Amino acid sequence: MASLSRTCLLRQASTCLRQSQPTPVQRCRNAALRRLLSTLAVLEQREGKLNMSSLASVSAAQKLGGTIHGIVAGSNVKPVAEEAAKVEGLEKVIFVENGAYDKGLPENYAPMLVENIKKGGYTHVLAGHSAFGKNLMPRVAAMMDVQQVSDITDVESEDTFVRPIYAGNAILTVQSVDSPKIVTVRGTAFPSGAAEGGSASVEEGVDPKAPCPTEWVSEDLAKSDRPDLATAEKVVSGGRGLKSKEEFDRLMPPLADALGAAIGASRAAVDSGFADNSLQVGQTGKNVAPQLYLCAGISGAIQHLAGMKDSKVIACINKDADAPIFQVADVGLVGDLFERVPELTEKLKSQ
Amino acid sequence: MSGLRILVPVKRVVDYAVKPRVNKAQTAVETSGVKHSMNPFDELSIEEAVRLRERKMPVEDILAFSAGPAKSQDVLRTAMAMGADRGILVVEEKTELEPLGVAKLLAKVVEDEKRNLVILGKQSIDDDANQTGQMLAGLLNWPQATQASKVDVEGDTCTVVREVDGGVETLRAKLPMIITVDLRLNEPRYASLPNIMKAKKKPLEKKTLADYGIDANKRLKTVKVTEPPPRQGGGKVEDVDGMISKLKELGAI
Repeated sequence: MASLSRTCLLRQASTCLRQSQPTPVQRCRNAALRRLLSTLAVLEQREGKLNMSSLASVSAAQKLGGTIHGIVAGSNVKPVAEEAAKVEGLEKVIFVENGAYDKGLPENYAPMLVENIKKGGYTHVLAGHSAFGKNLMPRVAAMMDVQQVSDITDVESEDTFVRPIYAGNAILTVQSVDSPKIVTVRGTAFPSGAAEGGSASVEEGVDPKAPCPTEWVSEDLAKSDRPDLATAEKVVSGGRGLKSKEEFDRLMPPLADALGAAIGASRAAVDSGFADNSLQVGQTGKNVAPQLYLCAGISGAIQHLAGMKDSKVIACINKDADAPIFQVADVGLVGDLFERVPELTEKLKSQ
Repeated sequence: MSGLRILVPVKRVVDYAVKPRVNKAQTAVETSGVKHSMNPFDELSIEEAVRLRERKMPVEDILAFSAGPAKSQDVLRTAMAMGADRGILVVEEKTELEPLGVAKLLAKVVEDEKRNLVILGKQSIDDDANQTGQMLAGLLNWPQATQASKVDVEGDTCTVVREVDGGVETLRAKLPMIITVDLRLNEPRYASLPNIMKAKKKPLEKKTLADYGIDANKRLKTVKVTEPPPRQGGGKVEDVDGMISKLKELGAI
């Protein structure tokens, strides 16, 4: 009932908002509207560790205004909830203690979220557009009869969001009439927020204990001491031009080490077996937006650019002076990567 | 176990190699006079369905489905030339369906056609939503395995390797289930000319949203579509020293 009246109020208020230029009365309504907003941010955890990149949903929620609660689920999850309680902007952290949620399987995770969303009467539910969020949230949305808004890069208002379409070649501003609004957030588009300074309360959530028909069998994660690709400050990336896995492994890691960078790859490099799937940058791989994206032997196809063109500085080494990558690169060097990359690595090391 | 009755939804999209242009009115991406083809991920789903049959799995039939303008029958014919047995096209010219609407439609098709395995692309390359398969699984309350890079069916058990952040994971579930495919799953075949000719004779049923009782009202309203801010590229340097000093100048290292 409370959530229903809130929805009505919200709808009225946002209709007023859209009418014309802001007036003092509307500003006042705006403030009232913001007080009525309440967001549930779905936080990811893995083996008792909070996934910091999932905090982008908290930052996006802060842009919306209103109260923000977080939710985590898994075995021995209370310490994670306490860690999350320190995240700035969160008012409450809900935890659901049950090992059945450890692997993030949507068959039981989605019903659990739906119950907690209903109980809290949230107006918005936000999660990261990660493998976890992509897998889970549309299932939640369908169960609640909501059309999800995927991979937003900006929040314009309570019901209006900005997202890239066509591999980032067009930017769509979209308004949702659904309630609650279920949204996934592009991690690189929102600051990951301060992990300290908050003092949220910690509360146990509801656990419907839905059966899970899917059995989690195993996983094989690429181990690396390097920074995580999605959140790294610097990324070095290699493409087809590296010619073989041996050359990729010979040239890219030393360059990455010299810069303290994560390693990425183009689809061509992944398909040819030079690099692991999880390193693919692009429309269907990872989206990155580091301070520096330095690539070698990558031509710059539309689908690759989709994953990296929001990088602060793009540098490239390519022997084809007409490669499309030069049209987006701030610093381009036309040359043979087999000579230039080792030279660059040496010179960076000696700095 | 009874055989696999596979449903493969396919979508007609602007060809992946075309650089999309936003229209003057900023309401959509220009699609008239632009080359269209089957969504690349959907080619992989058809291919996987056909390979299941070729691996001597008990595949009863492969049904290709599409919803959209009448021209979508071209992609259905392609799917049939690749090995699908028949097609259903829900013709809807006016409204562009959203993933939730498509998922509801698919749920009805699954029921009507008694499907026990749905293989979808993980996303369409136009809307980039990555939702339909998961939504369908949610509506049917079936197990789901998204971003599959390997699919094995044994009896009524399906083992799927899926691509996740940082690597892969393996899941197992009993049919019926929903699988969405990732790029690494397989390499789709080209339809040969004889197969294209044969596909013309395969049954293609045309239906409407009303036949399924689906309400296509959109939940999301397009406010505007704009071009992304252009990047000022083209700063070329002569050598590695030039690159290092330029990167320093830009504060990148």
